[in-house]
Amino acid sequence: MVDAFQAEYLSSVRAERRRNALGRVAVYSFLCFFAFIYLLPLFVIVANSFRSLPEITQNGLIAFPRSFTFGAWSNAWSHYCVAGTCQGVKRNFYNSLMMTIPATIISTLLGAVNGYVLSKWRFRGSEFLFACVTLGVFMPGQVALMPWAFILGRLHLSNTVYGLILVHCIQGLSFTTLFCRNYYINIPDDLIKAARIDGAGFWRILIKIVLPLSPPILIVTVIWQFTGIWNEYLFGVVFTGGREQPITASVVALATTVMNAKAYDVTSAAVLIAAVPPLLIYFVGGKYFVRGLTQGAVK
Amino acid sequence: MTSLVNRTAGLAPATPRWRERLADWTPILVIAPSLAASFIYVFVFTGWTFYISLSNSSLLPSYGFVGLKPYFDLWSNTRWQIAYSNLLFFSLFYVSLSMALGLGLAIALDSRVRGESVFRTIFLYPLAVSFAVTGSVWRWIYSPDAGIEYLVRGFGWTDFTFRLTTDRNLAIYSIIATGIWQSSGFAMALLLAGLRSVDPDIVKAADIDGASRFRTYRKVLLPSIAPIFISVAVVLLQFAIKTFDLVVALTQGGPGISTTFPANYVYDLMFQRGQIAIGAAASIMMLAALALVLVPYSVWLVWRRNREAGRHG
Repeated sequence: MVDAFQAEYLSSVRAERRRNALGRVAVYSFLCFFAFIYLLPLFVIVANSFRSLPEITQNGLIAFPRSFTFGAWSNAWSHYCVAGTCQGVKRNFYNSLMMTIPATIISTLLGAVNGYVLSKWRFRGSEFLFACVTLGVFMPGQVALMPWAFILGRLHLSNTVYGLILVHCIQGLSFTTLFCRNYYINIPDDLIKAARIDGAGFWRILIKIVLPLSPPILIVTVIWQFTGIWNEYLFGVVFTGGREQPITASVVALATTVMNAKAYDVTSAAVLIAAVPPLLIYFVGGKYFVRGLTQGAVK
Repeated sequence: MTSLVNRTAGLAPATPRWRERLADWTPILVIAPSLAASFIYVFVFTGWTFYISLSNSSLLPSYGFVGLKPYFDLWSNTRWQIAYSNLLFFSLFYVSLSMALGLGLAIALDSRVRGESVFRTIFLYPLAVSFAVTGSVWRWIYSPDAGIEYLVRGFGWTDFTFRLTTDRNLAIYSIIATGIWQSSGFAMALLLAGLRSVDPDIVKAADIDGASRFRTYRKVLLPSIAPIFISVAVVLLQFAIKTFDLVVALTQGGPGISTTFPANYVYDLMFQRGQIAIGAAASIMMLAALALVLVPYSVWLVWRRNREAGRHG
């Protein structure tokens, strides 16, 4: 009697286990299938930037590499012709750096100070001002194109990297202020009050108390701003042309020009050059990147 | 106002009056310039563009008032009709499928998978890269000359056709598919975070009651992360309305004008066709579409916050 019961129990456990095993296989194959699809473009572009053009044309873009050369990289970097000049994307890469680094630093610092004031030195109307600033997060760039074109023209900054720095600083302020304010609001007010009683002023509290607590949010903000500004396309293509363009704009120009349509090797290398800085940041600071994403999204 | 700024001023050691007063005003003075810039960016720029959208601007902005004429011109334009119907079609599939795939991936990752962080990294990396980059790569993969069609034909299936980007009826699907590829990782990240934040005791209770995994998800886990679904949908809708570089890199609005999107049409009107007033009107319509999504969303957020506050207080 007991044996029969036990046998039944064991068989049900075994069935359960089999079902579980099947479930595991299903889960892993689902994940691996999509991982494959997600990685395919990355594989294609990396492989093609090292393959020789005749081999790509013969075997197609999606193929296992059978040749290996750095030619496309050096060609894309310093010789290839984009938009009338034959100096590769080197200059556009520098433009992007010259634009992204200052704009990231300036907008992050201003955002930190704004966030500090709007959370710890509130005054009548500060909540309303904060709400107004955050509206900038949602504003589509298209609405600002005409005013910016006029202002950049007046300041003699059209077709310069400085013009783009200005545009990105102002646009980025909304994000950085939002991020920092929502972070600083969680610093206990008592901490600030105690410091004030001890005679610390506005700047002293910022430097001695708030900034030392800030690294997590500053890293999130810097990563968010850097990738966002580096990847931005609309302002780059509207306010600059040719040699002054940031790399996203020149890569699109390169990839969509009919004349270059079949230069798969060089275009791959150029596209990868444009993708390397944000990818590097993502793989190094992925945790903070995701945190920025979730914070930027939900709040 | 000053007393509000520095409530503890009375406790500070005595200092000359002007310094005290300056200290009171420091926070406001410090943020005034950048807040003013933001304010101008949000309100003056929008108002400015709105005014241009009511003017007779063509190649250059001019300020002769013509009322709503540019809006009538815009809405009677076939290309704009294509653009906004594309946007509606795209949004529907892009948002729902990104979320469905994101949810699938999140649930799969939530079932104690080995190498979870590797998978997560893989599903999220497209978000770090620009549409300019991903669009260019996918355009090749879709291209008949060298992409999937070429690959499959190489296997011996010689009349296989796969021409998403070059068929005017199918090109929109290439944009949808690439959009999903780029964004479902985002949905996954947020939904996974949501699933992990559900009280484990509730899940355990469902387990003890003998609920199957499927039932636990359907009855317990998914309902409790419903607000996250709404947030994700809103963000994705926002992405959809702003879709620009993806289309430029992938199809350039073609073949013909079949994949024109509102954002692309704004750019075209303003900088290629010299119809600035109509372009401005189109950009204001984009703003209106965003408001249509975001205003109900923020009302809902406030309503929820009040309800929560009511419950706890």
